[in-house]
Amino acid sequence: MSGFVEVLVAVLIVAGAAFAFLGSLGLARFPDFYMRLHGPSKATTLGIGCLLLASLAHFALRGEASLHEVLITLFVSLTTPVSAHLLARAARHRRLPARGESGPAARVDATARPDAPSGNAPR
Amino acid sequence: MLTVALDVASVLLAGALLLAGWRLLRGPDPLDRALALDTLYVNATALLVLYGVRLGTGHFYEAALIVAILGFLGTAAIAKYLLRGDVAE
Repeated sequence: MSGFVEVLVAVLIVAGAAFAFLGSLGLARFPDFYMRLHGPSKATTLGIGCLLLASLAHFALRGEASLHEVLITLFVSLTTPVSAHLLARAARHRRLPARGESGPAARVDATARPDAPSGNAPR
Repeated sequence: MLTVALDVASVLLAGALLLAGWRLLRGPDPLDRALALDTLYVNATALLVLYGVRLGTGHFYEAALIVAILGFLGTAAIAKYLLRGDVAE
């Protein structure tokens, strides 16, 4: 039984680190900001969730189980979508071009409001 | 086997930190740098948890939790500043 848990812990650790690495790879390699937002906000969250699950299993096996890991997992999985949403909203506000658009002036979509003031517009 | 897994994971997380650091230096927009900093914080949290497992102590969870909280607050503040031109209204 403990051998099985050890294998599980090792697999979860490697998988979590691989997901975190892939998230950062997406951050470094994707062509525009909106794509780059995907890597850290999804893959990296899954990666840290795997790592914390592995840590939970590891310490539970040694009889020192605690709720710290659950706390960190909850916090990270609650705050990552919030910060990603804030960043995406700020990117829309700053008129960052998506891939295929040549620049801020080329942006044409339903949410475009060219008459909106660019300063402290109330939302 | 756990030692090998911890070594592999440490190398992968170091690579993740390097990639995020590259994006932090490269930009091009301040928001890219903010996102890269957020990724650095999350990866640092993961590295601290990994280090706690390696050493077999539970003392790193407080540090990991504090790093995660500071990362979220920093990212929220930067995004708010770039959105409104002000952090707290």
